[in-house]
Amino acid sequence: MTLLNSKIPEGPLAEKWSKHKAKIKVVSPANKMKLDVIVIGTGLAGASAASSLAELGYNVQAFCYQDSPRRAHSIAAQGGINAAKNYQNDNDSVYRLFYDTIKGGDYRSREANVHRLAEVSGSIIDQCVAQGVPFGREYGGLLSNRSFGGVLVSRTFYARGQTGQQLLIGAYSALNRQIGAGTVKMFPRHEMLDIVKIDGKARGIIARDMVSGEIKKFGAHAVVIASGGYGNVFFLSTNAMGCNGGASWQAYKRGAFMSNPCFVQIHPTCIPVHGDQQSKLTLMSESLRNDGRIWVPKKKEDAEKLQKGLIGPNDIAEEDRDFYLERRYPAYGNLVPRDVASRAGKERCDAGFGVNNTGLAVYLDFNYSIARLGRNVIEARYGNLFQMYEKITDTDPYKVPMQIYPAIHYTMGGTWVDYNLMTSVPGLYAIGEANFSDHGANRLGASALMQGLADGYFVLPYTIGDYLANEIQVPKINTNAPEFEQTLKEVQARLDSLMAVKGTKPVDYFHKKLGKVMWDKVGMSRNEAGLKQAIQEIAEIKADFWKDVKVPGAQGEVNQELEKAGRVADFIELADLMARDALARNESCGGHFREESVTDDGEAKRNDEIGAYVSAWEYKGENQEPVMHKEDLKFEAIELAQRSYK
Amino acid sequence: MSEKILKEIKVKVWRQKNSTSKGRFETYPVANISTDTSFLEMMDILNFQLIESGKEPIVFDHDCREGICGTCSLFINGRAHGPDDGITTCQLHMRKFIDGETIVVEPFRAGTFPVVKDLMVDRSAFEKILHAGGFVSVNTGGVPDGNAIPIGYDDAEAAMDAASCIGCGACVATCKNSSAMLFVSAKVSHLARLPQGKVEAARRARAMVSKMDELGFGNCSNTGACEVECPKGISIANIATLNREYLMAKVIE
Repeated sequence: MTLLNSKIPEGPLAEKWSKHKAKIKVVSPANKMKLDVIVIGTGLAGASAASSLAELGYNVQAFCYQDSPRRAHSIAAQGGINAAKNYQNDNDSVYRLFYDTIKGGDYRSREANVHRLAEVSGSIIDQCVAQGVPFGREYGGLLSNRSFGGVLVSRTFYARGQTGQQLLIGAYSALNRQIGAGTVKMFPRHEMLDIVKIDGKARGIIARDMVSGEIKKFGAHAVVIASGGYGNVFFLSTNAMGCNGGASWQAYKRGAFMSNPCFVQIHPTCIPVHGDQQSKLTLMSESLRNDGRIWVPKKKEDAEKLQKGLIGPNDIAEEDRDFYLERRYPAYGNLVPRDVASRAGKERCDAGFGVNNTGLAVYLDFNYSIARLGRNVIEARYGNLFQMYEKITDTDPYKVPMQIYPAIHYTMGGTWVDYNLMTSVPGLYAIGEANFSDHGANRLGASALMQGLADGYFVLPYTIGDYLANEIQVPKINTNAPEFEQTLKEVQARLDSLMAVKGTKPVDYFHKKLGKVMWDKVGMSRNEAGLKQAIQEIAEIKADFWKDVKVPGAQGEVNQELEKAGRVADFIELADLMARDALARNESCGGHFREESVTDDGEAKRNDEIGAYVSAWEYKGENQEPVMHKEDLKFEAIELAQRSYK
Repeated sequence: MSEKILKEIKVKVWRQKNSTSKGRFETYPVANISTDTSFLEMMDILNFQLIESGKEPIVFDHDCREGICGTCSLFINGRAHGPDDGITTCQLHMRKFIDGETIVVEPFRAGTFPVVKDLMVDRSAFEKILHAGGFVSVNTGGVPDGNAIPIGYDDAEAAMDAASCIGCGACVATCKNSSAMLFVSAKVSHLARLPQGKVEAARRARAMVSKMDELGFGNCSNTGACEVECPKGISIANIATLNREYLMAKVIE
């Protein structure tokens, strides 16, 4: 097991992190000044890591593809951030947050990592408050909480429906302070295109200046990937248009293992697809399930009339409405975890009870809570979300129930990391959504923000010292070293070959085609035959892409098509690995639903005999089959049980 | 929500190769656009056609496409973020246009926001203002418990209102003086309303205003245009707060 050493500390679960911190090495302030760190991505994980490392004294270079670090897609997170503060006196605790997260993830994450996450969660809230994050408050001046899916306590902190925005502005302001002080050098509109390794260690990156087109070399003693997830493989998702898996994929090709790539979160409450001109999907926050009730008609004939537009939702009598989540899961009701809610919605629509012209939508109804609490209360809680909904759909959700349907939202899978958040390449780290470690097969709502900031503020700044303490003798990395020249040449050759295809079809054509294969066969419901077919179809798309893609313009200028082409080339390869991972995992767990593995009442059936592992895929070269290694998941504190929200 | 199809529209769009070259308008027809399509999706369709016909696609900034990242930045039919209220360009839908219409699309125009290419502009001047003082000077760790300092509901809400700024630059592009006062005042009052930010409020106001002036943003002449076009409804009352904080800073000096 030397290949996959997770480095989980010995000892009782609750003491692992503190004992580990006591044991790992620390770098002196004088030496920190001599050490360089590169951070790729400036979302919650990247911005918090870059600023915290710079505050400690390291020289940081931070990169983002956007024109400002503030625009990273963490900004779009709406509902909230979890923390085990127990401010509500509802018997919350570090252990309960840990347990909910492990259970919510369907027992496919590491106990030790998740417990650490729960331990540091409270400090995140303190930090954000100190930075000036305007969390929602009660009239007495204390912090307010709301509930989220998959839990029975109220531990979610929020800033209206813009929590991600406010937390990112907090981290971004800390980053700005360091940029102003000269300890972080910020490179916006730069896209990381490769990792440079010297003697097996990560020593820098190659990046393209997206304005001048120049390919540049950057050296550092350690490299941190904080570039988010790969949900855009599916073309339509709630990700931003530019979100990509590039940094993770290049790291994979340079020896960083990729874990559980098939674990993708499908969010139950997104605005339904309207037609084939659509470019992205918009999320409606999970927090809405606090006050909205989800339903479809009980009678097929009502559903058919709705689909034809002959009647509206308010024409359907109370007794003819099927509140299917409350019916199937009385204990959690509308607040079941995302994977459960998504599947239940799909089940009703597949059975013919969908409520719009495509038959792929259910209602999220606020009339009940408006009648109970008044419109003002609902407006104060969710006003910006209701406005977003109204602008997109041209209907007023205060009067007519929202229509929603599941959509791709988040990737639990990602780069394999050990307990120190280091990948299988020494000196290369992965944090936030980019790594695989904390959410198992399904992430609970309001936990992505928590994990991104936990990694960046309170984990990486400690653990990176353990590695860098051995690097203090290493002088500034020479970017004229042959390894840099060689990698730069390879990057250049790849860009040249994209430009050289000179085919007939724009990049989007291939991306849409890939997205359809992935949604149909590697989406909410998967089976062996479909996955095998998907692998074949992805190979065909890849061949077609490299034969017929058309990238206009030149390299030495702003070229958004060239940027997209590189990302889609990565997505096609990533899609293949996702399908392989899904095929290898012959059980249902969390968001990964294999039709072959179902309980009698239609729920996902986990199989711990064959499934209690983390996959770690190793790249073996172009057109070679990748090899899967397994890290066995050991559960010491928690007893494995079939997940039930009934 | 009644979908219609716009049979043909014309898009008259600003084309400019780079920051040093001279720009010009070009007009392109686009056919069969659903009124449920967003404006930027219409631009995607236009670009797809341009690429297929061997022309260079139009460069424009966009990312989240849900109105929160502040990346998109177009001037459409003479208005920042186009003909609707309280939205960013990516939230604009084609139902706001009529069949046969010619839609004029320009970049945000301000001396401090030079054009990079076509409709893409350089807003790094905003970044520089924030580097100068748009933060609370605390390091990670060592901070008090989140509930240690109660904050009144109204203060928290007012801070949140100001903190909603997405840094898109519509205020500067709309202002006849290219003033950044709404942007700067939003940050200054967001932090000044909170006890955590109050400590260095005067220093912050001074540093940000002096950087804003140095970068060449114009003065505020109280036309209120910025508030009208702000996609997040940031109030010009924040400018009064900024002036007060700035005056306080001067008094302390």
